[in-house]
This record gives sequence, structure tokens and C-alpha cells, in this order.
Amino acid sequence: MTRTPTAHQPLRVAIIGAGPAGIYAGNILARAVQDAGGEVGIDLFDSLPAPYGLIRYGVAPDHPRIKGIVNSLHEMLDAGTIRFIGNVDYGTDLDLADLRAHYHAVIFATGAIRDAVLGVPGIDLPGSHGAADFVSWFDGHPDAPREWPLDATDIAVIGNGNVALDVARMLAKHPVDLLPTDIPANVHAGLAGSPVTDVHVFGRRGPAQVKFTPIELRELGDIPNVDVLVYGEDFPRDEHSERLLAASNNQVKVMTRTLNGWLTREPTGAPRRLHLHFLHSPVEVYGAGRVEGVRFERTEPTADGGVRGTGEILDYSVQAVYRAVGYRGTALARVPFDEARGVIPNDGGRVVDAQGAPLPGLYATGWIKRGPVGLIGHTKSDALETVTKLLEDFDLTGQPGRPEEDAILALLDERGIRFTTWSGWLAVDAHERALGEADPSPVTRERVKVVPRDEQVGIARAESLVSS
Amino acid sequence: MDECPVDCIYEGDRSLYIHPDECVDCGACEPVCPVEAIYYEDDVPEQWAEYYKANVEFFDDLGSPGGAARTGVLAFDHPIISALPPQVVAGA
Ligand SMILES: Cc1cc2nc3c(=O)[nH]c(=O)nc-3n(C[C@H](O)[C@H](O)[C@H](O)COP(=O)(O)OP(=O)(O)OC[C@H]3O[C@@H](n4cnc5c(N)ncnc54)[C@H](O)[C@@H]3O)c2cc1C
Ligand SMILES: NC(=O)c1ccc[n+]([C@@H]2O[C@H](COP(=O)([O-])OP(=O)(O)OC[C@H]3O[C@@H](n4cnc5c(N)ncnc54)[C@H](OP(=O)(O)O)[C@@H]3O)[C@@H](O)[C@H]2O)c1
Ligand code: SF4
Repeated sequence: MTRTPTAHQPLRVAIIGAGPAGIYAGNILARAVQDAGGEVGIDLFDSLPAPYGLIRYGVAPDHPRIKGIVNSLHEMLDAGTIRFIGNVDYGTDLDLADLRAHYHAVIFATGAIRDAVLGVPGIDLPGSHGAADFVSWFDGHPDAPREWPLDATDIAVIGNGNVALDVARMLAKHPVDLLPTDIPANVHAGLAGSPVTDVHVFGRRGPAQVKFTPIELRELGDIPNVDVLVYGEDFPRDEHSERLLAASNNQVKVMTRTLNGWLTREPTGAPRRLHLHFLHSPVEVYGAGRVEGVRFERTEPTADGGVRGTGEILDYSVQAVYRAVGYRGTALARVPFDEARGVIPNDGGRVVDAQGAPLPGLYATGWIKRGPVGLIGHTKSDALETVTKLLEDFDLTGQPGRPEEDAILALLDERGIRFTTWSGWLAVDAHERALGEADPSPVTRERVKVVPRDEQVGIARAESLVSS
Repeated sequence: MDECPVDCIYEGDRSLYIHPDECVDCGACEPVCPVEAIYYEDDVPEQWAEYYKANVEFFDDLGSPGGAARTGVLAFDHPIISALPPQVVAGA
């Protein structure tokens, strides 16, 4: 490794994580520095060969409009100021000392990929799954197993957030309606073999405390050949609920209208049903050796928008359980971590130590900064806050010398790391689009995803791997 | 607008306008709108139907600029908005 320590050179920043948070941070930083007449070099690393984080590996395949956000992010990466370097894992392939040696500042934007824990007995029984794992499977994440057990006719989904709705919809939707998406062939085949007839979604609070968004909820009512069922006894009419509803925002009011509409809608007799239950708090997943059912305690609303148990026990016979009770961030090597919240402790984006003192040059943004809540758009305003802090901390007229820009690539090569680049991603992107075009199915497919890491890396690095 | 992932909320002289084709219906702008003036098109209350029309027509001449950062603040409004008395806040 050659070092050329020149006294003054442009700011160099590494961003770890090429999800929306990392890309918006890079773009906002590049624009702010350019507007100030300065210069900045930005390297954007991801442990995956492809960029876009949860937009590629979280957003449901039947939401192509949302995936359209990628077009905006593509432009940002294509502009040339941000250098994408994929297939490089922070903590394994590069450590903090490497980044400190090559960059003046590091922004961690590593998101959250694991399921939060649901601490009820039986949650580890065979047939009980985390939503994040299922999402990784249907979205073709390279590190997820290719097979998924879909043998249940009755399924419980625990949680009342949008991920629960994604999971329930993907389980309930007839496979023919998923064909126009980018799902890989093994996922379509897996779903096509599912014998499911009833998917039950359970919220521990009431219908006015759901964490869905209005469009996601309404969409359930439009799934072809699936009836949505809600139950009158789950709709509290007590004074607390009426008062909370009156004081709620537009989104809650719109969702309440949607749910109330379903209360009076006659089922069509469709072969699959999606049931929404409220005021059901999970107590236990039961079964002899595998999931046979879930036990809930009925709850009732309290004055503060919470609930308390009523003691009434309700059992549902199901053969599979999916918990969609939130995600959780993962600690990064040599970076402080708040175990309780699953985030990097920070002050408006500046990483802080256990005493709350900022660690110079280290920043966080996105889900690893705030926790796993909020939409893609919210990572943009969040990135603005972090970048503003970073710019307060650095003098744009010049920074102490760092190795020249390609030294980091030489280091990766030296370590035998088969990193991918932006032009490599463009090759994978073109390849996936070509697969979509060549697909023999009768519907138009814009893209078919390539799943295996080696295959993606091979295409990106233009090595002649035979497609599997 | 700091929340819009595709930067499709354009600023006119007196109102904000959401580009109907560029918008991806992600919902990020709804909870942050200080006056709760953003609705999904099917949910726009009856009494605001005119504003919905103004919002769509605002882009008749602009086409699809591909991001509000490219146009900056626009010095005009849709006639329906321009005709409003001064203090009324119009929602996009
Ligand atoms: C299932 C699901 C569906 C969703 N659907 C929507 C939706 O439809 N609309 C919407 O607005 N929002 C949706 N969201 C929310 C949205 O995905 C998040 O708000 C957003 O992705 C958070 O961005 P991020 O960049 O912080 O994290 P991520 O998108 O998770 O990106 C983090 C990136 O960091 C990389 N990384 C992690 N660790 C390392 C490491 N050690 N070294 C290098 N790289 C690393 C990861 O590979 C990943 O690419 C969804 C979330 C989930 C879980
Ligand atoms: N299309 C989209 O726009 C889309 C799609 C997917 C995800 N997202 C976004 O991504 C973020 C994460 O979504 P998410 O669904 O993972 O999280 P979320 O919105 O935080 O929802 C988590 C749900 O799990 C419930 N829960 C937590 N612990 C529980 C327990 N012990 N027992 C029973 N229920 C429990 C919560 O109930 P309480 O409320 O009672 O705590 C809540 O209903 C959200 O901001 C979401 O909007 C968006
Ligand atoms: S719903 Fe449309 S206007 Fe609102 S933030 Fe999303 S893309 Fe932008």
C-alpha cells in the first residue's frame, strides 16, 4: 500500500451501506460540497454485490411503483461523484483502521436486516418464522436459503405494521398475480405449491392503533380472489377509543374508514381468505414438535392508547406462524452499539461513546441511526441531518493527506476481495432486464432477479460464469 | 421537500404541487405535512376536488421535469390557486 501524504486534499468520505440512507447521504453531501465550491470524494460500500438495500431486498415484488424510487437513486449514483464498491463487508473485509487510514469521515448506513425477538413460549417451534427471513426469500436475497416451507393451509401473522401486510399479502395472493413481478423462478414455484386457504393477521392493539399506511391496507381489498374478513368484536366502541379516534390524524381516519367498510362487506366465497384480528396479544405458540396453533389473550383499550389483558384466552389452529413485530439492527465491529434499541448511539448523526462524547469522524444515518421505523423517504431528511453535522465538523478548504483514491481498491485486491463497481452493477441490471424480456411467461416482465452472490459478482466482474 | 424520495413536490409561488406521474405513492409526505393537506387521490375530500384539479393541471405545461431541485421555486401558480384570497393555504 502506497501512502502519499499531501498536506491538503479534498475531503474523503466512506459510506457503509448502499441502501436509500447511504445513497441519499452521499448525494446530499456531494451537492452541498459542490454548492460550497469545494471537492469531495465519496466511496459507497455494501456487503452485497448490488446497491439499493431494502428497496431491492425488502420492498415487496408486487410494489413496482415504490421500487421506482430506484430510478432516482440510480441517477445519483450515475452522476459520477459517488463511487459504488459492492461485495465488501465492513467488519470482515475492511475494518475501522482501514477506513480511518483512507478517509477523513465514515458514515454508517447499515440499516437493519434481522427480525426483532418475540419472547413467547414456542416461538422457536418448526413452522414458526421471522418475517425478515421470508422477505429475504421472496425478494431473492443472496444469503437466504432458496427453499421455503409452504405447506400450511392456515397461517398466523403476528404484528400490525406494513411488513405484516406484505407478508400476509404475499402468502395469500394467488401466484398467477405475482407472475408479472421480478420474483425469481424458485420463488414463483414455491408459492405456486402453497395450499394456503386462510391467513390471519393479529394486532395486539385496536384498529385505530395499527401501524399500517392507508394505501397498503386498502390494497388488501383489491387482491383478486381473496376475501378480507374483519370481526365486529375487535372494534372497540368505548369512550377511550372514540376519543382517540376523534383526535387522530388523517391517515388513521382513512384506515378506520377502510376497515369499517370491510365490516359490512359480504364475502364473495373466494378460495382464499385474509382475516384481520385486533386486540389479540400473543401468549404462546403451541404444538407437539411443530406449530399446531397460537394462543392469544384478548386485550382492551386503555386511556393512553395502550391495552391491557382481559384474561380471555383465544386459540387459533394454524400450521405456520410468521412474526412481523419489527426489525433489529446489528452491531458493527469497533463501533458503539446500543443493545437495548439496536442502533448506533448518536447525537443527530454524530456517533457518540458510552459517555455521550462524539467520536470524531464517525457518523450514522438511516435505520441504524434511528431504529427500524419509517419509510424510504424518511431516510432522506434523516441523511440531511447527518450530513449537516458532518459538514459542520470539516473544513472544506483542505484536509490532511490520505492515500490516493485507488489505494483502497488495491488494498481490496490485495486481500482477494472480489468487489463490484457501478459499471458492474449496470451489467447485472442489464442482465436482469434481459432475463425479464426473454421470460417465456405470457405476461410482460420488466426484470427477473439474479439471486446467487457468485453469479451476480461474476456478471459484475464480467467473468464467464455459466448461469444457473 | 426533504421527505419525498423522488423529489416530485414542486414549489409554486403560493402552493406546493405533487407531480402525478413522478409520485410513487410511497406516503412519506403524508405524516409530515404540517397542515395535513396531502391525500392519496382516491381520498381527496369532496370540498377539495378543485385543488386536486389545480395540482394535476399545474404540470400541463411543465411536463415531467424529473425533480424539483431542477426547477427550483417556480414563480407562478395554477389560476385556481392564484385567485385565492391571500391567507388561504392550499394543499398539494
Ligand atoms: C420488508 C420491508 C418492506 C418495506 N417496504 C417499504 C415500502 O414499500 N415503502 C417504503 O417507503 N419503505 C419500505 N420499507 C422501509 C424501508 O425499506 C426503509 O425505510 C429503508 O430501507 C431504510 O434504509 P437504510 O438505508 O437505513 O437501510 P437498508 O435499506 O437496510 O440498507 C442498508 C444497507 O447496508 C448494507 N450493510 C449492512 N451491513 C453492512 C456491513 N457490515 N458492511 C457493508 N454493508 C452493510 C446492507 O447490505 C444494505 O444494503 C420496507 C421495509 C421492510 C423491512
Ligand atoms: N409499503 C410500505 O410503505 C412499507 C412496507 C413495509 C414496511 N414499511 C415500513 O417499514 C417500517 C418497519 O415496518 P414493520 O412492520 O417491521 O414495523 P412497525 O411498523 O413498527 O410494526 C411492528 C408491529 O409489531 C407489533 N409488535 C411489536 N412487538 C409485539 C409483540 N411483542 N406482540 C405483538 N405485536 C408486537 C407492533 O405493535 P404495537 O404498535 O402495539 O407496538 C406493530 O404493530 C415501518 O415504518 C413501515 O411503515 C413500509
Ligand atoms: S407520496 Fe408521492 S409526493 Fe409524497 S413523498 Fe411519496 S413520492 Fe413524494
